[in-house]
Amino acid sequence: MSDTAVQPSVPAVDKLVIRFAGDSGDGMQLTGDRFTSASALFGNDLATLPEYPAEIRAPAGTLAGVSAFQVQISDHDIMTPGDAPDVLVAMNPAALKSDLHLLVPGGTLIVNADSFEERNLAKAGYESNPLEGHELDGYRLITAPMTSLTKGVCKDLGVKTRDAERSKNFFALGLVSWMYSRPTQPTLDWIDAKFAGRELIIAANRAAFAAGHAFGETAELGHQQVVVNAAPHEPGTYTNISGNMALAWGLVAAGELSGLPVFLGSYPITPASDILHELSRHKSFGVTAFQAEDEIAAVGAALGASYGGCLGVTASSGPGIALKSETISLAVSLELPLLIIDIQRGGPSTGLPTKTEAGDLLMAMYGRHGESPLPIVAARTPSDCFAVAIEASRIALTYRTPVILLSDGYLANGSEPWRLPDVDSLARIPVEFATGFNHVGADGEPEFWPYLRDDMLVRPLALPGTPGLMHRIGGIEKQDGSGNVSYDPENHAHMVAVRAERIARIEVPDVEVVGDPDADVLVLGWGSTWGAITSGVRRLTRVGHKVAQVHLTHLNPLPENLGEVLRRHRKILVPEMNMGQLVKIVRSEYLVDARAISKVTGQPFTAGEIEQVTLGALDD
Amino acid sequence: MTDVLGIATTDVGEVPATKRSDWQSDQEVRWCPGCGDYSILTAVQLLLPELGVRRENTVFISGIGCAARFPYYMDTYGVHTIHGRSPAFATGLAMTRPDLDIWVVGGDGDMLSIGGNHLIHALRRNINLNIMLVNNQIYGLTKGQYSPTSEIGKITKSSPIGATARPFNPVSLALGAEASFVARTHDLDRRHMQEVFRRVFDHDGAALVEVYQNCNVFNDGAFGDITRKDVREDMLIDLRHGEPIRFGKEQQFGVSRRPGGVQIVEVADVGVDALLVHDETTADPSTAFSLSRLAEGPHTPTPIGVFRSCPRDEYGHMVSDQIAEVTDRRGKGDLAALLRSQPTWEV
Ligand code: SF4
Repeated sequence: MSDTAVQPSVPAVDKLVIRFAGDSGDGMQLTGDRFTSASALFGNDLATLPEYPAEIRAPAGTLAGVSAFQVQISDHDIMTPGDAPDVLVAMNPAALKSDLHLLVPGGTLIVNADSFEERNLAKAGYESNPLEGHELDGYRLITAPMTSLTKGVCKDLGVKTRDAERSKNFFALGLVSWMYSRPTQPTLDWIDAKFAGRELIIAANRAAFAAGHAFGETAELGHQQVVVNAAPHEPGTYTNISGNMALAWGLVAAGELSGLPVFLGSYPITPASDILHELSRHKSFGVTAFQAEDEIAAVGAALGASYGGCLGVTASSGPGIALKSETISLAVSLELPLLIIDIQRGGPSTGLPTKTEAGDLLMAMYGRHGESPLPIVAARTPSDCFAVAIEASRIALTYRTPVILLSDGYLANGSEPWRLPDVDSLARIPVEFATGFNHVGADGEPEFWPYLRDDMLVRPLALPGTPGLMHRIGGIEKQDGSGNVSYDPENHAHMVAVRAERIARIEVPDVEVVGDPDADVLVLGWGSTWGAITSGVRRLTRVGHKVAQVHLTHLNPLPENLGEVLRRHRKILVPEMNMGQLVKIVRSEYLVDARAISKVTGQPFTAGEIEQVTLGALDD
Repeated sequence: MTDVLGIATTDVGEVPATKRSDWQSDQEVRWCPGCGDYSILTAVQLLLPELGVRRENTVFISGIGCAARFPYYMDTYGVHTIHGRSPAFATGLAMTRPDLDIWVVGGDGDMLSIGGNHLIHALRRNINLNIMLVNNQIYGLTKGQYSPTSEIGKITKSSPIGATARPFNPVSLALGAEASFVARTHDLDRRHMQEVFRRVFDHDGAALVEVYQNCNVFNDGAFGDITRKDVREDMLIDLRHGEPIRFGKEQQFGVSRRPGGVQIVEVADVGVDALLVHDETTADPSTAFSLSRLAEGPHTPTPIGVFRSCPRDEYGHMVSDQIAEVTDRRGKGDLAALLRSQPTWEV
């Protein structure tokens, strides 16, 4: 097994989509993750789609228990984990049954033959063994007795049979590593580091990996080794990053850039918990990660920390955000900075906790009592979560307002190569707190008025502990300026207008039109659909179609030039992973004939789907 | 001195002497005439000048309800938050601003019904808050519905033929949550209130005091059976640390142990030596709990004073100690290094 994966004689393909599928106990997420890491270090561009069941341990061998990880690697710039896998690794009959239909015709199918025995076949609903019939004839089938070969190589190491069996995913990884010329060293290093101190497990995993690799090299697979070469990337230092990791790091960065301690109040929920986990590890940045008793306490504590001068943050998913809504409205009324992160998932209710959806835009926009407008931003790729976390923090701290940041399960768990920014080039977030009086009272004495606004309608913030500036704030309507409780009808109308106006005045960058600015058809998107839309539109423009694309980061307030841009195009398509939410906003805001393209299967759009609907719109 | 935020705090030099009026805001107090909340407010405003604290370092946090208007009347920092959530808001503030004295004020509906979860978790964590649970056994601000402390059979607008749910005993609840400090007082005795509030202030950790408060509009006289001047001596059992528990005009009654709990006895029958000597500091809250069960409702002799004062690690300190310890060990976080903490490659 050599680490120089690319032999000059090995033919190259420009991209590869591979899907690892197996029982949730088979370690498919780990296998996919390792394949991804090795490819990232190799220099490929890539995008991933982990898909796992909601149950921690669904009954072994059943369709409900299938866990999959899809990754596209390429020698060029890509934005999605691929429309359909070129290669499917099926570790058991259930994985074959549930995912075979995804595989491209003629695609490569790698199966663990050992698991195709009567009980597993029955659990997956097969009446006969598909490996023995003709139903797989349309594919390039590679069968390997992964379990028994792994057990075989582990036997002499003194590894218990059960433990040896667990290493079979490394056999699969070794096999595909050979087939697609992946460097092996990163995987071996990872095994050593991950299982440090557990020598038997290291030995078993290394042996299984080597056996898989050797199986590829020596068995007559009818499959030639191929390589996906490195993609041309801008010079720089790269790392492979998931959305939640990037988001957590963005929060740490926002703390550094603003000079404020970050306080995260959170309650465990899929798929947002990784933000809590990650921030819990960064105490040396002065980050406090507080696991609260519930979602409401999580946001309440974050708001309390903001009141004390921290960057208060709460992270959850749709059901949790719903619980937080009363406190978010309080933050609107108190005009305090607060960052609310919604990692969206399939809903309503518990819905599809591990599947992606973007159904919370209207909740973010309107889902509070009273007139309580707030800014909304959305991330478009896993690595973009870093920049968007900083942007959301900038808005919250500069304009003293709660801000909702929308991400989703697909971005949260998906990963891609990220060129590390130069931290010195990140714009600082200046924050000033009040230290002196700002008003002269009727009695001629100087006072502090907490709602005396500046030109941007932003109120001053005097932190508790500041001598002389003691004042009271609350959720009851207050007199603009003094902040004293006021039930005056005119004042309330004024305050409602001011709260709307101060959000409307927030400065956000104009949208950029990608593609042909005079195109008939414009595809407008937000959030994680960026990858599929960009790839789909690119396929069409490459062959000469006139299509334009606009993707929104700022959903409230909307960029100033958006109306003008939309009106330039005859047809506006709005693909969303919901029943059409942004489309409602732009139709009511700009009176344009925007059309919803909906997908609510819990899976992201593919580039092919976008290509097809856009082509349809071009034709009619 | 600087706090966690690096803000220069004013803990240098002498704390300026203050008087009651310094702690009164310019807002007109708007409780119903005769409401027990007035005397609680007065007790607090008279006590604070004696505590030698700075107004700017004092914060009153409340939720919703009559008592929750408290912060508006204090010339300190204050936030009137939303129903039930004051302990949550105060927890975030207390964790990040250990330099502040934070008082949380709320009623029985606010703290035991809609906000019950936050209250028990604040007590469990032992976060440094001074919690005043103002109990009037009714919903006042919403004009008279039964509350989680209303007695069974209580006739209210929402229970026209009598409430059917068993009430919480707030002291029992707090002891059950293993609060490190639990006390009770009542609105008719300013001296006692101040004595207990001072103890609440002195306690490092979550300190809860239940204040029996008369809502003269919707639940007048709820505590009259035990707090009226003429009956008080026979009906209130003033707990004193280290002393045998005795009460009554002639100190003729006392409290002694019985199997599985405590009981009221006549001193003449059992002798002084048989009386229970009150110990606030016992780690096991069982005896304090038994004391809290002596009276079923505020109609028979009822203990007041400090049930339990048993210091343990304060949550905010534990959290900031972890941060300091990790920072000491690893050095102050370096963002550029964080971004390179996973495998990287150069192009
Ligand atoms: S309703 Fe009752 S508790 Fe509320 S202010 Fe009036 S008397 Fe006091």
